[in-house]
Amino acid sequence: MNRNIVISTDKLTKRFGDFVATNEITFDVYEGEIFGFLGANGAGKTTAMRMLCGLSTPSSGKATIAGFDVYKETEKIKANIGYMSQKFSLYEDLTVQENIRFFGGIYGLSDQKIKSKSNELIQQLGMEKERGKLVGSLPLGWKQKLAFSVAIFHEPKIVFLDEPTGGVDPVTRRQFWDLIYDASDRGITIFVTTHYMDEAEYCNRVSMMVDGYIKALDTPTKLKQQFSAETMDEVFFELARGAKRKAD
Amino acid sequence: MRTLRFLLQKEFRQIFRNRALLPVIFIAPMIQLLIMPLAADYEIKNINISIVDHDHSAYSRQLVSKISSSGYFVISDYGTSFNAAFQQFEKDKSDLILEIPLGFERNLVKENEQKLFIAVNAINGTKAMVGSSYLSRIIASYNADIRLEMTANPRMNPVPNIEVPSINRFNPYLNYPFFMVPGILCTLVTMIGVYMCALNIVKEKEVGTIEQINVTPIKKIHFILGKLIPFWVIGVFLFSVGLFIIAGLVYDIHPLGSIPLLYSFLFLFLTAVLGIGLLISTYSETQQQAMSIAFFFMMIFMLMSGLFTPVDSMPNWAIVIARLNPVTHFIEVVRMVVLKGSGFNDIKYHFLVMTGFALFFNSWAIWNYRKTV
Amino acid sequence: MRQFFAFVIKEFYHVFRDPKSMLMLFGMPIMLILLFGFALSNEIKNSKIVICDFAQDPASQRIIDKIEASKNFEIKKFLYDPRQIEQAFKEGNVKLVVVIPNHFNDDLLHLHKAQIQVIADASDPNTANTLTNYITNIVMDYQKEITPFNDLPQQINTEIRMIYNPELKGTTNFVPGVMALVLLLVCVLMTSVSIVKEKEKGTMEVLLVSPMHPLMVVISKAVPYLFLSIVNLSVILLLSVFLLKMPINGSIGLLFFESSLLILTALSLGLLISNSAQSQQQAMLISLMGMLIPVLLFTGFMFPLENMPLPLQIIANVVPSKWYYIIVKSIMIKGLGLSAIWKETLILLGMTVFLLTVSINKFKIRLG
Repeated sequence: MNRNIVISTDKLTKRFGDFVATNEITFDVYEGEIFGFLGANGAGKTTAMRMLCGLSTPSSGKATIAGFDVYKETEKIKANIGYMSQKFSLYEDLTVQENIRFFGGIYGLSDQKIKSKSNELIQQLGMEKERGKLVGSLPLGWKQKLAFSVAIFHEPKIVFLDEPTGGVDPVTRRQFWDLIYDASDRGITIFVTTHYMDEAEYCNRVSMMVDGYIKALDTPTKLKQQFSAETMDEVFFELARGAKRKAD
Repeated sequence: MRTLRFLLQKEFRQIFRNRALLPVIFIAPMIQLLIMPLAADYEIKNINISIVDHDHSAYSRQLVSKISSSGYFVISDYGTSFNAAFQQFEKDKSDLILEIPLGFERNLVKENEQKLFIAVNAINGTKAMVGSSYLSRIIASYNADIRLEMTANPRMNPVPNIEVPSINRFNPYLNYPFFMVPGILCTLVTMIGVYMCALNIVKEKEVGTIEQINVTPIKKIHFILGKLIPFWVIGVFLFSVGLFIIAGLVYDIHPLGSIPLLYSFLFLFLTAVLGIGLLISTYSETQQQAMSIAFFFMMIFMLMSGLFTPVDSMPNWAIVIARLNPVTHFIEVVRMVVLKGSGFNDIKYHFLVMTGFALFFNSWAIWNYRKTV
Repeated sequence: MRQFFAFVIKEFYHVFRDPKSMLMLFGMPIMLILLFGFALSNEIKNSKIVICDFAQDPASQRIIDKIEASKNFEIKKFLYDPRQIEQAFKEGNVKLVVVIPNHFNDDLLHLHKAQIQVIADASDPNTANTLTNYITNIVMDYQKEITPFNDLPQQINTEIRMIYNPELKGTTNFVPGVMALVLLLVCVLMTSVSIVKEKEKGTMEVLLVSPMHPLMVVISKAVPYLFLSIVNLSVILLLSVFLLKMPINGSIGLLFFESSLLILTALSLGLLISNSAQSQQQAMLISLMGMLIPVLLFTGFMFPLENMPLPLQIIANVVPSKWYYIIVKSIMIKGLGLSAIWKETLILLGMTVFLLTVSINKFKIRLG
């Protein structure tokens, strides 16, 4: 694993009036690592992620994503990242093929590249027969795997995953994480938020946000040692117990 | 530019794949264009008249036959009881009652004067005025006939007679659909433009796909263009089908003026109207809101555009509103160019106004869009 | 029962928490009354006309004076070149040209007959017709003026009485129409969208698994709009009576009863549409595109139904607001009672029952 820093934040803060959603958070993410961004609802995870994606401007503090400044170079950031959210990723009324083609084209891949890569992708996922089907007709697990693959189709430096495995059975979740490992091996940095504490175990490092602050940041093993816990569940419980903010 | 191509591909695919929506966008307007002009007819004809004839004389029968042969009236009943006639009147079976008193013929000759009684259903004021004025004219003409019959020497007192021949320019047969078809076409195109554009964008907002778009390198301006262009194309298509096929083949209406001129105005108008759709979408979070706002303004646009009632007849403050309504200008221009062959100089003013609208609505919408979405 | 009310109250929250939708719900009828009451009119007035006076003698001047005095016209300019007439029409502002030929006065005096030509822009046939009639009447008036007073024998006089609306106010015609339009359209739109929204979001499933009978769920969606429409109706009536000075000659109770019936019909129709539509977009567009112009035209208050070709008149019979319009006119303006409108009431009732039966069946099929 390289020690190049792909995400770097320094006292990154977002205020909504009097309410401080993220409070001077400071951390670094290394190239190729799987970085778990945990926290209860309302802790400030989503706000932080949106700033890093270039969707929202910070109130104060600094951040660089893929080497680009979060205030002045949001367009360049967007060109170099991928994104997948639980709420939506793909167009339900377009086919598998059409979705891949659309997002490939949006990210500037040439027609040739799109063609070859999409064939590759569809084969990898084993969706040969589903190529011409509307995404809306696919089962949830397939949709999510496809959405992830589309998010990294253009080989971005970093891919942001916002609660990507919601509502899916454990087997499918496992398969999903296989894809994540695969991507990480290829050098793509994974920035993932999740509720599932067992998924926290799959990450290289994990940070925990409570009430707008980062209360902990380390590998799962070291965190469990630190809090004398057996599982990440317990770690989370320890940290989040005193939390004042309950919901997003 | 390439991103725009991909966006447009996606948009068109989504629109045409929506099977249930296609008939509403394409077929419903055309059917309405086909049928509505036939319904929108102001001409007053087939007025039902009840005749209560107490006299049953030669004179009264002459009068009745003159009325029935005039072509304006349909004699719904002919009797001797006013009460019976009034009952029909109450049930809307007749619009007028004419009562001829007993001794009409005899008294007219003897006493030189008689009175006829007319009751008019005035709920529809225009119909009442027109109906009663037709009837009065027929009676006056009948009066003149009688006088001629009875006067000894018709050439003794020559009455000056002024004829008023009239020429009906552009529409010699006073064909009502001729006037309504362009107007209804304009209204339908506007409706599709505003509704579809607003709803489409808000749907993405509501479902959440807009978030995904926001993270990609797609520039906002490309996204907006990607939303406007498909409906612009659909608008032009609808207008063309409406003009050349429905208006041209079915109603035999052919543009007298320059078609390029007409289309340049159409392009400009669509830009303005889609800007309105875009604007509405920036003020709505849900499709329901977008629909409510769009419906509200569409009603105002439609009623204040001179489509059904003339703009000139409005009070001054309302005329200001009508002039601020882009649809008013669109309808005027289409009527002028298609029906009368007006040229660019004649519609220069409308071009200017529409350009203003297009700039105004689109700028406001884009500015708003940048802020909120 | 309590559960039912819980649902109904939830629906009310949905409605009231959405001020933008409320704009249409409540703003529309007020806007329509204001427009129809004060802005829109079928009368032709303030028309710009042009006069070509080639005679320039006392007779022509007298006629021009009479025309000028009439509030129907605005004399835009005086042209002397016939070629400019065509141009004036194309510029779009002139509706009619009056041409008084040379020697007008002389012709009248010596030949006892003369002509005044009228050229009308008949692209708008209604205006052309009406203006031509106005001019003709003015000329006839002038003709009477110059007729030496003869003791005209055999004079037939007419006494004309305007019934139901002696002042010939336009409001009597359209207020019932606006009521019909608003109640029908708004109810259908809101109900269909409200139900489909739940379908789309998936929350319908949640409602359906509740202990309430699915039918009750659906009815609970319609109830707020029933209530709101009655409020709407009251607002319209209040505005009409106090702002537009329109009378209510018949029984208000009967009026509300019949209105509730129309609202039920509209709600049933909304229900039917919501069953067939897959998405909100579809429901909205079906209601907006498919219904707006037809309801406007076929209710019968903008254009007389009797003028329409027979097939269209038959189609109009399918539009519930057409029957409601007749009912309201009978009650409000003519002051009649149920005995006069029982037929129309029955038709509305029949429509409601039919629509409800079809949509309930469709609904059951979907579930079971």
